Amino acid sequence: MAKGPSFTAILERDSNQILDDWVRRQLASSTSRIDLIKEADLREESRRFLSAMQAALNDGALPDVSMPQWADVRDVLERIAKSRAERGFSPRETATFVFSLKEPLFEAMSNARKDDPRALLDELWRISTLLDALGLLTTETYQRGREEIILRQQRELLELSTPVVRLWDDILALPLVGTLDSARTQIVMETLLQMIVDTGSAIAIIDITGVPTVDTLVAQHLLKTIAATRLMGADCIISGIRPQIAQTIVHLGVDLGEVTTKATLADAFAVALERTGASLSSPRGRGDRGR
Amino acid sequence: MDRIPILKMGPFLLVTIQVDMHDQMALLLQDDLTNRISKEGSRGVLIDISALDMVDSFIGRMISNISSMARVLDAETVVTGMQPSVAITLVELGLRLEGVHTALSIDKGMDLLHSRVGSGNRRGAPKPRA
Repeated sequence: MAKGPSFTAILERDSNQILDDWVRRQLASSTSRIDLIKEADLREESRRFLSAMQAALNDGALPDVSMPQWADVRDVLERIAKSRAERGFSPRETATFVFSLKEPLFEAMSNARKDDPRALLDELWRISTLLDALGLLTTETYQRGREEIILRQQRELLELSTPVVRLWDDILALPLVGTLDSARTQIVMETLLQMIVDTGSAIAIIDITGVPTVDTLVAQHLLKTIAATRLMGADCIISGIRPQIAQTIVHLGVDLGEVTTKATLADAFAVALERTGASLSSPRGRGDRGR
Repeated sequence: MDRIPILKMGPFLLVTIQVDMHDQMALLLQDDLTNRISKEGSRGVLIDISALDMVDSFIGRMISNISSMARVLDAETVVTGMQPSVAITLVELGLRLEGVHTALSIDKGMDLLHSRVGSGNRRGAPKPRA
């Protein structure tokens, strides 16, 4: 391309100086988070990134960072971005890591190519495109790291959220706490039906005292769960519908039709006992609420 | 051609579906069962599908239809032992089996039939009030 030292050569020749300059600037900048990362770690990360980039450039790779020659660089960057996402860096602070390399590189370049402004411009443009692409890659990885954290937390929440408890022979209770979304209702439905098969319970009480809101989708899911329970030969009682939810359900035009609803879990339990008591002709548990 | 056996138990007929039903089999069962109900004058039919762990829309509809037909022939129908996955599929398909009774196990299904129909009933005998 041009005569005189190219940006690859400069990087090779002055790598130590550039690294020092870069780390110094990162520490001095307003986005540096010396509280989250130690200076030695920062220096090590910077050094690894710089040398990986150098190796890729020496391979004659073009500034297309999706090429296989850039695999090492991508790897280093991904690790840095992920570890920063976990430590609580903001996206801006993470991306600045790469972008802050521009200044020392530009300076080294312009020092080396003072004589030829045309070639200098070309080289600066190359550096700029390359670092932009790498910066975007960092941001993407950072985002992915954050999403993984969120996903993991969601999964943990799901596992916590669906306990089916056995209240009595033939009576199951499912106390629901927290907002119901489609995925959760699906799991609730599957767990409940499986428990019904496992225990052979004839009545399931779904208690929604802890559910703050019900929308059409959730109501639909609840109705489906109840229909599926009925198909399997068990009965469902809904208890603990709060006044606001009762209003919402009616306003939404959801037809709870044949579903038995009771104000509290205790009332539902009494009804359940009565029903199982009648069909099993078991005297126990009868009349404990003054019936 | 495989057939699903229909067993007579007193006033009731017992059908247990123990293989994956295919369409032809379901049609055959529909034929056989309606004929048997009319021939024996049965007052109740118990269909156990506990071994069925997959249904498609056709089989779902056939189960629903067979149950309804038995009811039209004045035999109470109880479907027992439906697996969760089958129940979910039927609900998603919009087949709610209206008017069909369900029970968790054959035992409970038999109790239900007895309580709804009484025992020892034959054609022509007055139906006792459940």
